[in-house]
Amino acid sequence: MEKTVNQKAWFLVLPVLLLVAFSAVIPLMTVVNYSVQDTFGNNQFFWAGLDWFRQMLEDERMWNALRRQVIFSGVILAIEVPLGVLIALNMPKRGVMVSVCLVLMSLPLLIPWNVVGTIWQIFGRVDIGLLGHTLAALGVDYNYTQDALDAWVTLIVMDVWHWTSLVALLAYAGLKSIPDAYYQAARIDQASRWAVFRYIELPKMTGVLTIAILLRFMDSFKIYTEPFVVTGGGPGNATTLLSIDLVKMALGQFDLGPAAAFSIMYFLVILLVSWVFYTVMTNLDQQGGK
Amino acid sequence: MNFRPRINLVMVLYLLFLMLPIYWLLNMSLKTNTEILNAFTLWPETLTLDNYRTILSDPAWYMGYVNSIIYVTMNTVLSVAVALPAAYAFSRYSFLGDKHLFFWLLTNRMAPPAVFALPFFQLYSSVGLFDTHIAVALAHTLFNVPLAVWILEGFMRGVPKEIDETAYIDGYSFGHFFVKIFMPLIASGIGVAAFFCFMFSWVELLLSRTLTTVDAKPIAAIMTRTQGAAGIDWGVLAAAGVLTIVPGALVIYFVRNYIAKGFALGRV
Repeated sequence: MEKTVNQKAWFLVLPVLLLVAFSAVIPLMTVVNYSVQDTFGNNQFFWAGLDWFRQMLEDERMWNALRRQVIFSGVILAIEVPLGVLIALNMPKRGVMVSVCLVLMSLPLLIPWNVVGTIWQIFGRVDIGLLGHTLAALGVDYNYTQDALDAWVTLIVMDVWHWTSLVALLAYAGLKSIPDAYYQAARIDQASRWAVFRYIELPKMTGVLTIAILLRFMDSFKIYTEPFVVTGGGPGNATTLLSIDLVKMALGQFDLGPAAAFSIMYFLVILLVSWVFYTVMTNLDQQGGK
Repeated sequence: MNFRPRINLVMVLYLLFLMLPIYWLLNMSLKTNTEILNAFTLWPETLTLDNYRTILSDPAWYMGYVNSIIYVTMNTVLSVAVALPAAYAFSRYSFLGDKHLFFWLLTNRMAPPAVFALPFFQLYSSVGLFDTHIAVALAHTLFNVPLAVWILEGFMRGVPKEIDETAYIDGYSFGHFFVKIFMPLIASGIGVAAFFCFMFSWVELLLSRTLTTVDAKPIAAIMTRTQGAAGIDWGVLAAAGVLTIVPGALVIYFVRNYIAKGFALGRV
């Protein structure tokens, strides 16, 4: 759509600007402030320059958390995106079952995150949880509080449980927008099921899938509550993801300077990756004519 | 695609996978603690509603639900109200710095709450809003306003510009046109935006827990209370968990016909 140039549109954006300035810019400036200063208590601050940044960059701790975070986000994206597409393709075509499936699928999305954690914490326990108990009965040595691998598997299964529906619903919305004529043409051409998927369905889903990947990337990268409830970052530091580490540092140990420097670098990483996705997405928007 | 009355295997397995943990929570909430800890049963042998009674008769418990619903509602109304004019501006006009502004707004959706927890705590303490519903509602606008703008902009782009122009020629003022003609046209978009704001405000814990102590404490934070001296009160914990699922389930039920389109943020 052609847009009119109108500088007065700024007035329409003003309320949002003021609100977000209050709830985002002021706190962010506080963080920037802390990241370049040092304190010995009593609200006396000293200029520390880039020392905190240097310290954090040399510290193994942040790199380890970042590595774990990248692995976590990578793994859940690799599982959730294909699985979500598969689920969307298997949605019933019409009838009451569509509504039933949609409602049941959306259910995990609206459960408070710490309750999601609680559900899986209980579900995986060997003594009282269905999953843990069943695995123990089958002779599998499974204990997510002791074994790092088990803790990881639990977190990943939990995230798949929690968020695959989001990808599936987005992909489903993309599929729904394909006109029947496309499928009819494909049938006349005797296209295989795979060809239909590859040349009709997948291209039509690219837009929504980019949104899905963007949302899942952002949200998995800042995940805190669920792993905190289930494993608390343990055993040891095995599942200490970036946010968990940051909260430990900022609210647990009150290491304001390093925590602030950490925050800023954390934010920058997310910003960079999201910017790439966003650019790809807007380009798709323009090419595909929406 | 032929009409297939049977529902297929992939879907059944997936739904089973989704429902099992929830069923287990429900199952536990209906058991006594003795049964939970001493016998492994697939359904409650001695069905009890005591766990729910504990929660619904104690203000310290049920006020948590009230608090959560108050700030979630405030946040939803606030976010959608400020996002509407902004989304209109982004969908209709180009102005100096519009693209940068839009991306900057989105960056707030990306910001990890962990980064903001401490500064928020200090900011709201210093302006005397600490432990109020307003503080949590305002804090949640951080990620909900950008999201609402994004969703609404998508829906508004689908409305032809000729409608605006015709209305102005007919002598409608901007405000009149916006409320009387434009908003009904994007009603489903507003619904979807409100749904998402509700959802993300309802499920968030880190910020709402950091910003409250007593008066506005959300239910999610109160759940940690079950860890008493005698260990965790599993039955009550499970019952509280089940009760937090109910509002979400109700909301989903009402918007079920818009879910698919809504999740595409109007961009399909």
